[in-house]
Order: sequence, then structure tokens, then C-alpha cells
Amino acid sequence: MLDQNAFDLRKYISRNPQSVAVWIALIVLIAFGLMRYDNFGSAYNITSFLNYNAMFIAISVGMCFVILTGGIDLSVGSVAAFTSVVAAYLSPYGIEVAMPLAILSGVAFGIFNAICIVYLRIPPFITTLATMLGAKGGSLVISGAQTISVDWGSNFTKLGMEKAFDVVPWTIVLVAILVVALWVVLEMTSIGRTILAVGGGEDASVMMGLKVNRAKIFAYSVSGGCAGLAGVFLASGFGAGQPLEGVGWELSAIASVVVGGTLLTGGLGSIPATVAGALLLGLVFNILNFENGKGWISFSAYWQMVIRGAFLFAVILFQTRVMNRNSVVGHG
Amino acid sequence: MTSLTSEEPMRTDFTNRLKQHGGLVALAVILIFNILVTPNFLQAQTLAVNISQVATIAIVAMGMTLVIATGGIDLSVGAVMALSGALAPLIFLSEFGTAYPVLGLLAALFFPLVAALVCGLFNGAIVAVLKVQPIIATLILFISGRGIAQVLTNGNLQTFSNPEFSYLGTGKILGFPFQGWLAIAIACLLFWLVNRTIFGRYLLAIGGNERAAKLSGGPVRRVKIGAYVICSVLSGLAGLIVVAINSASDAARNGNLMELDAIAAAVVGGALLQGGKAPIFGAILGAVIIQLVKYTLLANGVEDEVALIAKAAIILAAVYIQQARKE
Repeated sequence: MLDQNAFDLRKYISRNPQSVAVWIALIVLIAFGLMRYDNFGSAYNITSFLNYNAMFIAISVGMCFVILTGGIDLSVGSVAAFTSVVAAYLSPYGIEVAMPLAILSGVAFGIFNAICIVYLRIPPFITTLATMLGAKGGSLVISGAQTISVDWGSNFTKLGMEKAFDVVPWTIVLVAILVVALWVVLEMTSIGRTILAVGGGEDASVMMGLKVNRAKIFAYSVSGGCAGLAGVFLASGFGAGQPLEGVGWELSAIASVVVGGTLLTGGLGSIPATVAGALLLGLVFNILNFENGKGWISFSAYWQMVIRGAFLFAVILFQTRVMNRNSVVGHG
Repeated sequence: MTSLTSEEPMRTDFTNRLKQHGGLVALAVILIFNILVTPNFLQAQTLAVNISQVATIAIVAMGMTLVIATGGIDLSVGAVMALSGALAPLIFLSEFGTAYPVLGLLAALFFPLVAALVCGLFNGAIVAVLKVQPIIATLILFISGRGIAQVLTNGNLQTFSNPEFSYLGTGKILGFPFQGWLAIAIACLLFWLVNRTIFGRYLLAIGGNERAAKLSGGPVRRVKIGAYVICSVLSGLAGLIVVAINSASDAARNGNLMELDAIAAAVVGGALLQGGKAPIFGAILGAVIIQLVKYTLLANGVEDEVALIAKAAIILAAVYIQQARKE
């Protein structure tokens, strides 16, 4: 099931009209930043911005998979905190051991979610809410409610600090690979198309003989794995496993996905637009910092939440108007 | 059908009853366990501590139950608590509030609840008029509501000494905490609202089948908005109570994670996430169970973290049993 048109811009827009808003907003915000602040386009600002936001991008694209099936995953923040502790404990064995095992522990949470949702028929919202509490409890238990320092002697911390080919930090390379891989999976593989079909109409997908359960299990596993990777970034970036981190991450991730135009009812959405949504919400904070640096006004950090909420509201308003116009697409 | 023995229907009847009253059974088990195991459980002080802690969860959970009855969800309850809790001390510590203590106190009770009401209108309008999914609609205030509270207080902890205001959280009537009585009064009022008024009829009808409710001419929009408004105002009230208990308002912590406790309490109390059911007293029962489990584990030396895992297991079990009942 190869989709030839996946990367055709015109087709992309016509299939994802609700994603146009986020791209416009992102371009406007970047243009604003470039014109107003001297160092906004500097290599340092760009890499440190992307380095910090890599974990949010990772959980957002994972969340996108789950939301496309019509589900939701509230457990990603707690799972990331859990895997950051796992990664910190395993850091003496090096990145090549710590990273895969931490990601696998995230996948395990995803599989648990999927089993509850697919076989026990517990609604996704409740299942992942419970997993969120369980993972939080679990990470506090295994860490003794302490931050777990990583082994600075091993190559684990190089992930956040050392650059691939002396240009781009490894964190950014990894998250870019993840995004492209998930994009390809969603647009070009049969399981990706099934995920979109399930969200578009689950009953119809079952009747068509699509492997609905398999698609759902895959989506929740991807989300768990992405949260696992975010936990690795968290541990390597801050030099410690952080059992208390991750609070509210799930909602930022959902916000990124929604700002990126993915329908919460599932079936319609895109990975690149989700990344754009995550970047947009992150840029709000970055630009606030620059604005404060100019010294004319002093926005406290608390404003960023207010402004993020306002952004979400604006995008929702825009989306409801687009959706009403193209009622063919709007089945929510 | 006629060949059924008389024993079988009785057994299914029994298991059905067990499922329907699973919450009460769970409560009984927890109580018996505590009476046998936990030291000093049967003491007035233990009761008072638990009531004063459970009241805020119960008050928010009842509002959440109304929203869930329409098939919705309200993630913004904790943020609304922070907002109203931040406003109250701002008002009675202001120049006006210190110059006219009585008026200041009344304003400190009135305006935070008005702010909460506005939040509810906002949520309700986005859900009912713009037809945005409730999770997303209430996500807006979840994110920015607490931010607004922190901007208003500049992120500072506001401490105060105001015995009249603190009565809301520390007062006692007949030996029981004031907020416990308040929760019971609210429960009676909401029970009447759900079961004896046209609003209640439509509330349940919308959750049962929104299209049908609309086609039969019901005021779907107004009833939905009403549910979100009630939920927000009750959250605002809970925010005031928390501030009164602590004699301090911390916008970063007030109501943090309350949405989870409230949803869990509502679900354990028998609310169906698809809507159509509004067990008000069930929400109180759910809140009591969650509080008692927390207390039981803490009082027996189990760490806070493990209590979280227990809470997760309770939520999953409660919904699984519900699900089985439906099928």
C-alpha cells in the first residue's frame, strides 16, 4: 500500500486543510523573531531550542499516533519520568544499553495500555489515566523519590552534549530520525494506513477486515516508546533520572497534536504538522525570553502558560471554522 | 425460559446486585480492614481529618459527575481552583478589603466564584456552541487558568491570618468540619436538581442520546453549558476551601492533579464516561473510597508512591466492572 502522493505539497494541503493554520502561525512567529531579535537565528539559539524541545517533539508524535486511532494517551509524562530513571540506572553500561532498554520499558507501558483498551475494553482515557498514576508511583518507588544521577564516566551524557559530525547535537539527530520514520510508517505502510482508517471509522474498518486491534496495539506501543525516548533525553540532558518530572507533559503533547490540526476523533492528521505544533508552542517561550531580554517589558514565565492556552484557543476557533466550511472532512 | 430453575435467576440477581453496589462493598471492606488493623481508626479525630480532606474532592467530583453525565469531561477543575483560590486573598488583603473587613470578606467569597462561573461559561460555550471535544475545550483553561492565577499573584505564596475566611476550611458544626456539611448540602441540592427538575431530565437525556434529546426539542446547549458552569463554580468553591484550610494560597499547588481525583471519584462512584448517568451520592462514595484507601495505606506505613499505584488499580477495576455490567 504505497502512497505515491504522500509528499506532494498540494495533496498534503487538500488532505489536511486544518493543518494550514499551524504552518502559517509557525512561519509568522519565526519571521517575527528573526526581524525583531538579533540572535534569534543564531546557531546557538536554534540548537539549544531544538535540543530542549526534542523530548516534547518525541512525545507529541507518539501521541499523534494514538489520537489518530481515536484514542488518547495520558500516561506519556509519567512514563517519560519512569524511563528517565531507568536510563539513569543503566547509564554505567553506556548509551547503547541504556537507551534501548529505557525505550523498551516505555513500550511495555504502551503494551499494557493497549491490552486494557483492546481486550478489557476499558476506555483509553481511563486506562491511560491509571497508567499515568501507576507509572508515577513506579518511578517514585524504584528511585526512592530521589533524582538518580547518571554515570558521568560513561558515554551516556554525550547524547545531549556531543554533536554528530560536529554540527548537530545527537538529540536532534535522533528525534529527526524518529519523526521521519513515523511519518513514513503512517503514510506508506499498511499498518499506518490502518491506523488512519481505524480513527476514520472503527466499525467500518473491522468490517473491511482490517487488523484493527493490531493497529491500536502498535499505536500505543509507539506512544510508549516515544515517551521512553523522551525519558532518555530528559536523563541525558539534565544529567539525572527525574522521577518527579513529566507532570502536564501529556497535555502539552495533546495541545501540540491539536494545534497541528489532528482531529481528536481520529482519522485525520499529520506527523509534520504535529511537529510544527510542538515547535510553535515551544517558540512562544523562546520568544518571551528574547522579549524580556530587550528589557522593554518584563513578562514573567507564568505568561507563557496563558499565551499557550490562548494559542490553543485561537487554533481551535480557526479549525472549527475550516471544519464547518469543509463539512466533508469534518466528521467530528 | 420456562425450564430455568428458580436458583439461577437468583444467583444472577445476586451478582448483578454485587456489581451495582460494588462501591458500597468496597467501602465496607476498607472500613472493616481499618477497624481491625489500623490503630486509632475509630476516633473522632481520624474521622474529622478524613472528612476535611475528602470534602474538596467530593465537591469537585459532584460537579464532574454532572459534566460526565452529558458525555463530557472537565480537565480545568484544578486550574479553576487555583484561580479562585488566588483571587480570594488578593481581595481581602487589598486596601479595600482591609478598610471594610465585612464587605471585603463577602467580596472575597463572591468574586472568585464569579470568576469560576465565567470559566464554566467559557468551557460550556466552546463545547456546546463551537462543538469542540470536551477534552480539548477544557484543556485551554487547564493550561492557561493556573497561568492566570500565577500572573495575578506573581507566583508568590500568599499567606494570611483571617479567622472568618478560614472558617470555610477549619470551622466545625456539631463536631464535624464545616466543609463536610457543605458537601452534604450541595449533594442534596444536586440530587434534587438531577432527579426532580427538567434540567436534570435533559442532562441525563443528552448523555444518553444527544441527537434524540435535540430532536425532541430539548435545550441541549443551555443544559450542557449549565453542567460546565456548575462544575466550575463548585471547583471555585473547593479552591476557596483549600486556601482556607491552609491559611495560604499557592497558585502553583492549589488543585494540582485535582482533575484526576475528581474523575476517579466520579467513575468509582458509578458515573459512565459515555454519559447518561449522574450518581451524585456515588461521587461522594467514590471520593470517600479514594480518600480512605490513601489514608489506609499511609496509616499503615505504606509509602505515598505505592498509594498512587493502588489508586490506579482501583480506577481500572472500577471501570472494568462497570464495563462488564453494561455488556
